[in-house]
Amino acid sequence: MSIFNILNDQILKMQWLSDITKLFVEKVLNLPVQSKIGGAIHFFIYDTVKIFILLSVLIFLMSYIQSYFPPERTRKILGKFKGIAGNIMGALLGTITPFCSCSSIPIFIGFTSAGLPLGVTFSFLISSPLVDIASFLVLLTFFGVKIAIAYVVVGIILAVVAGIIIEKLNLEDQIQDYVRKIGSPNLEAEELTKRARAIYAVGEVKSIAKKVWIYILIGVGIGAAIHNFIPQEVIDNVVGSNNPFAVILATLVGIPMYADIFGTIPIAEALFAKNVGIGTVLAFMMAVTALSLPSMVMISRVVKPKLLTIFISIVIVGIIFIGYLFNIFSYLLI
Amino acid sequence: MMNIKILGTGCANCKKLTGLVEEAVKELNADVEIQKVEDIQKIMEYGVMRTPAIVINEKVKAFGRIPSKEEIKEYIKEEV
Repeated sequence: MSIFNILNDQILKMQWLSDITKLFVEKVLNLPVQSKIGGAIHFFIYDTVKIFILLSVLIFLMSYIQSYFPPERTRKILGKFKGIAGNIMGALLGTITPFCSCSSIPIFIGFTSAGLPLGVTFSFLISSPLVDIASFLVLLTFFGVKIAIAYVVVGIILAVVAGIIIEKLNLEDQIQDYVRKIGSPNLEAEELTKRARAIYAVGEVKSIAKKVWIYILIGVGIGAAIHNFIPQEVIDNVVGSNNPFAVILATLVGIPMYADIFGTIPIAEALFAKNVGIGTVLAFMMAVTALSLPSMVMISRVVKPKLLTIFISIVIVGIIFIGYLFNIFSYLLI
Repeated sequence: MMNIKILGTGCANCKKLTGLVEEAVKELNADVEIQKVEDIQKIMEYGVMRTPAIVINEKVKAFGRIPSKEEIKEYIKEEV
């Protein structure tokens, strides 16, 4: 076994944690992990602990990096790029901004009132919850390096293309009127010390953990159920190879759900283990993270219904397209 | 009288900041009126893109993070 494999198994996949959990389930609870109950308990404990470890480390790392790219600075950078370059930069800068639908309104207003093109703002708003360093590392841990890279690349392409389409449709009149009346937020971001950045990052870990722990437990619970109790043929018929509409179904189910990558991954992992196509699994994850009822309500407060509908439609069609693409080319990735 | 405004849309961080400000004011024994501003339009008028923010006598002192109690005391002293 090479050093790389050991690192991969022990640090990324946390094999040690799986082993400890197995010992606990078999020796303390006296349940073989091959049994349904034993397997479900093992999945539940192992995944919950693993996800919370990942969440703490990744949110800290991301928030620390992100403290160098506050929206004030992002807006300044984006102002320098014209056309498609602006969309690409918007999508890229979105990847280092963490998930939070509550900050999307002020950012939307701040960007548009500063004169940034609507399409660039949307490229940023789509990529921000969809792709980030956390989702990359989580996918790397659970699905391997090829799928992680492919996800990030198509996620960025989706954000760029959706932004360009919105730009080309000339929808500037579809912004709520009051947004235009607000003067451009002109404050510069303050320079922080390394210590202040670390304090900020720890604060983010705490506040995000507090906000999402319940979704993670629900996600792991559903994952454990899929993993151990739902018969293989039911999975095959509903979201598996027997249903040609599996990608569409997975996308539509995922859209209203409100969770981030950490709450979605246990479900995705369990579906993947049950031989559901990787495209179907990724479409589900993208739909959950990119769109949710709360985020749609937020965005509806700054744009008119027509633009909201167009935005949602483009993202849905994009995710379904990506899902089928991944299923067709899955042999290259797994 | 000094006026302190806490800008925030009612998120957990805004509540935490409000608590800290109340403590700081009490410890300094300052004569201060504390207001919460939750309307997004009004918040944005202060030029702030990230909440929570603390505004003293209409000057934005910090935004996008929760300052420590000591920092808040400094802000208040600056405006006395």
